[in-house]
Amino acid sequence: MQDIVRELEEKRATAELGGGERRIKAQHGKGKLTARERIELLLDPGTFEEWDMFVEHRCTDFGMDQQSIPGDGVVTGYGTINGRIVFVFSQDFTVFGGSLSEAHAEKICKILDHAIKVGAPVIGLNDSGGARIQEGVASLAGYADVFQRNVLASGVIPQISLIMGPCAGGAVYSPAMTDFIFMVKDSSYMYVTGPDVVKTVTHETVTHEELGGAITHSTRSGVADRAFENDVEALAMLRRFINYLPANNREPAPHRPTPDAADRLEPSLDTLIPDSPTKPYDIKELILKIVDDTDFFEIQPEHAKNIVVGFARMEGSPVGIVANQPLVLAGCLDIKSAIKGARFVRFCDAFNIPILTLVDVPGFMPGTAQEYGGIIKHGAKLLFAYAEATVPKITLITRKAYGGAYDVMASKHLRGDVNLAWPSAEIAVMGPKGAVEIIFRDERDDAERIAELTEEYRVKFANPFIAGRRGFIDDVIMPRSTRQRVCRSLAMLKNKKLENPWRKHGNIPL
Amino acid sequence: MSKKILIANRGEIACRVIKTARRMGIATVAVFSEADRDGVHVAAADEAVAIGPPPATESYLSIDKIMEAALASGAEAVHPGYGFLSENAEFARRLTEAGVVFIGPSPQAIVSMGDKITSKRLAREAGVNTVPGHDDVISDGDHAVRIAREIGYPVMLKASAGGGGKGMRIARSDDECREGFQRAASEAASAFGDDRVFIEKFIEEPRHIEIQVMGDRHGNVIHLGERECSLQRRHQKVIEEAPSSFVDDELRAAMGAQAVALAKAVEYSSAGTVEFIVDADQGFYFLEMNTRLQVEHPVTELVTGLDLVELMIRVADGEPLPLTQEEVRRNGWAIEARVYAEDPFRNFLPSIGRLVRYMPPAESETVRVDTGVCEGGEVSMHYDPMIAKVITHGATRARSIEHMREALNEFYLRGVSHNISFLAALIEHTRFRSGQLSTNLIAEEYPNGFHPSNIVHDDPALLIAVAASIHRRYMDRAAAISGQLPGYERKVHDDWVVVMNDRHHAVNVRPVEGGHRVSFGGEEYLVLSDWHFGQPLFWGSVNGTKVCIQVERRNMHYRLFHWGAQVDIMVITARAAELLACMPVKEPPDTSKFLLSPMPGLLSELSVEVGHDVKPGQHLAVIEAMKMENVLAAERDGTVAKIFATVGDTLAVDQPILEFA
Repeated sequence: MQDIVRELEEKRATAELGGGERRIKAQHGKGKLTARERIELLLDPGTFEEWDMFVEHRCTDFGMDQQSIPGDGVVTGYGTINGRIVFVFSQDFTVFGGSLSEAHAEKICKILDHAIKVGAPVIGLNDSGGARIQEGVASLAGYADVFQRNVLASGVIPQISLIMGPCAGGAVYSPAMTDFIFMVKDSSYMYVTGPDVVKTVTHETVTHEELGGAITHSTRSGVADRAFENDVEALAMLRRFINYLPANNREPAPHRPTPDAADRLEPSLDTLIPDSPTKPYDIKELILKIVDDTDFFEIQPEHAKNIVVGFARMEGSPVGIVANQPLVLAGCLDIKSAIKGARFVRFCDAFNIPILTLVDVPGFMPGTAQEYGGIIKHGAKLLFAYAEATVPKITLITRKAYGGAYDVMASKHLRGDVNLAWPSAEIAVMGPKGAVEIIFRDERDDAERIAELTEEYRVKFANPFIAGRRGFIDDVIMPRSTRQRVCRSLAMLKNKKLENPWRKHGNIPL
Repeated sequence: MSKKILIANRGEIACRVIKTARRMGIATVAVFSEADRDGVHVAAADEAVAIGPPPATESYLSIDKIMEAALASGAEAVHPGYGFLSENAEFARRLTEAGVVFIGPSPQAIVSMGDKITSKRLAREAGVNTVPGHDDVISDGDHAVRIAREIGYPVMLKASAGGGGKGMRIARSDDECREGFQRAASEAASAFGDDRVFIEKFIEEPRHIEIQVMGDRHGNVIHLGERECSLQRRHQKVIEEAPSSFVDDELRAAMGAQAVALAKAVEYSSAGTVEFIVDADQGFYFLEMNTRLQVEHPVTELVTGLDLVELMIRVADGEPLPLTQEEVRRNGWAIEARVYAEDPFRNFLPSIGRLVRYMPPAESETVRVDTGVCEGGEVSMHYDPMIAKVITHGATRARSIEHMREALNEFYLRGVSHNISFLAALIEHTRFRSGQLSTNLIAEEYPNGFHPSNIVHDDPALLIAVAASIHRRYMDRAAAISGQLPGYERKVHDDWVVVMNDRHHAVNVRPVEGGHRVSFGGEEYLVLSDWHFGQPLFWGSVNGTKVCIQVERRNMHYRLFHWGAQVDIMVITARAAELLACMPVKEPPDTSKFLLSPMPGLLSELSVEVGHDVKPGQHLAVIEAMKMENVLAAERDGTVAKIFATVGDTLAVDQPILEFA
């Protein structure tokens, strides 16, 4: 018995050291924390319950039987963040470069299986050189086992990936199937094939950072949802982020008390909409002034900036916010923004988070780039996502709601629960000038007449009343009272029940 | 007395005049350009008349439109405020001819004092000391150089119609003189429609001290003491005070007597200001006379207890002055700080945009705020970037400074860049505290502009204690989330590490009724506040002393603003603090190869082409904003590799204009 205990302690000590002092030093030298240090910062102090510390790989080829480290390059278990259970796996780059062996994969799968069973989120801290090449197909099988569980968990429990080192090749597809990917600037990268292969195949010269760094993925590709400065910040922000998410798809999103009054008025919103219809304004000002405590956790803030999405709270309960951003591309919808918006809407719908949509959209972006890129199908994703969503949907039209884009943005016709408009709202097929040039095609060359007709059209349609007359708008509200009205609507919708017809699954235009 | 007056102005001064008129029971009419439809002065007045498009030349500077508004609204008198038409004799004359009272001096007085060359001659005749100079208009650059050599460098080139720093240049060499002439003339032409420029001797280490005079239509003129306005940046006043710590009774009497003599010489019959330049030996020289209400008039009001606007309205109506020179009182000390929408970090370039947040300090017995904007309002490129004045009064200069310090802490403004931190730093400056002022102080002490993060806070412990308390509030609230595992709820511990300026401070934070007891470094701080999440101002007390600290929550940091300093503070666990040492220090990206637009504005000149080699100081481009021409010069040798913008483009802040190889 004594021996066993001693051996246990020895094994623990070995496991806790991972790849050893030298490799830990190297890890620190790269500005990265170790797998265990990351878990320490992520979870409430002292709450981590580790599993499978004694798991070792079973590979005997290429001298692998000579080297084995308990834990096999991934630390797994569960703990709490603000008292709420989360499951965690944290890849240990100091052990075989964090490479994924069969045993390593089994540890991750165990965590995922348990998380699905008890209904708690899974957080993956990725820092891995890739497959354990010595293990060959067993390692590939390990990836696939993880993928399969990611897919089964999707929409059941929130899955979050934080990329904190390399994540290349097949390894990228596990994070890719999780709900959110966060990255650390300068020390993480993700790509399907690395710079060397790229060079051989396409003759492009590109660095790791340019090809798959945090900036690349959080701005250009949209693969990453946020990029953080360093490990410490990323983990702290992840703690903050998880507060918005329910534990699983059967539970409501977590409530947190707020001193911010639901009936707080914001008089300055009355002047948010500029006098000129072509002048932009920052929709984030509206968001920050109506949510609790001016606290907004934006998702993909640097990608497809013509749509703003993110989480906030109202009266203490999370809401997902989707808003057109007039500051960028006049807020119009294009391929990237439609995909960004659609994915966010579907997440909210899957996890019982009400959606507040702020509309100022002049339409879809025209042009060959968009059409050739398939704006029809990509735009349809956003439409599909809104139409199938059964969570409470509140929509506020602040200014333009033109054409098909009006329909898409959580309109009444897509089962919007409460559709509000500011007095500055213009709900029409298109802008007055464009409309007049089509309706009065013959008079197009008579500038004076066109101006006159445009004004006539503006007076007629550039207001919320036509839509109001048909009940497409439930009420026209003063901008200053927006928070009050949205809070009240959310309260009213708290027990909303709506179910879509039974089916295996819908066929969203992918 | 007039029953209804029209205020031919906008912004804070329009509001200021309306306030007095209202108190006197006089109805008010505001005028507004299209850019000011939602202006505070419009809402403050009893009625308002639209006078045209945003450019001042088509609205606030249009005599026709304002006459029309005055006549249509039935106003019996017009108060012009300052700037715009306030010193326009033609305006005064036409109003008078139309039977409307102009609340200001006679057109003759305006004409004779409005032209700097004439006014100097008149002053000399009235026995007022003047600065050596040349009284005639300069014809061209060479002429300017010839005269400058006669007077001796350094010289000052000044637009005849100028004011507020526009159209003024100092020259210390022939080259600078030639160049300064061009700039002064072109700025004057665009700002005032008058490109006449004259030259005078430039006095080194000067102080700007001015005398407030008040005359009536019965030949009485008194003076209300001095204001010191030495704290200027590029001839734009920043901080003013009354009285001046440099002026004793004797000097005051001498300056006052000359000012009154000059006012009498032109039969001055309203509020006016005689500006003097004062050298280190208390020698004083007439600079100019402003025939209007000055921006900084409130300091005189707080010290004398008089309402200058009321006096102006009464004397315009023919009433005699209600007091004699002997009855003028001087009580305590008043300081005014001008809040500008400008970016001190980018060489004080004007900033325009929406006032996303605007919370001026509350007014009290010791604090007065003259403002003409509100939250949600717009700082327009068409008008002056001054958006508010904070004026404090105290029994002594030191007390007045104290009040100002607190008032500036409370001034919260977001959406446009502003100089509030700069003002706070200025009043903290030892040279200001000791009264060692000169109009060069700002240029000498802040040669590279100003950034609040460079200001060292006097009492870092205060910030540490408050940040720790704020963080504890956030943590305790986070721990109140629903859905926690029963029996395993989050317990927030008391020990934290505050990281400030790379220094770690281990703190212990314990909740007490209404706040926290924070201990570190062997000291205890009781931090009490009813602050709640998201509020930009942390009002409370630390060990019984009232504090107001501005707070912004960023990712990991709390950014605190207090006493002019901006400090980023992290509050983290001891373990995180330990691990923070492994985190790399990242340098900000190198933008030195780019010429970036320092402000939003119009690119009006681009003096280089791709392939040009440039030398340090060489002009690259001119950006026009707020009617000021801002020259962007090369900082080092280089070759222009790429040009991104063309003349006529509207540029955003930090938009690249060109790239060097």
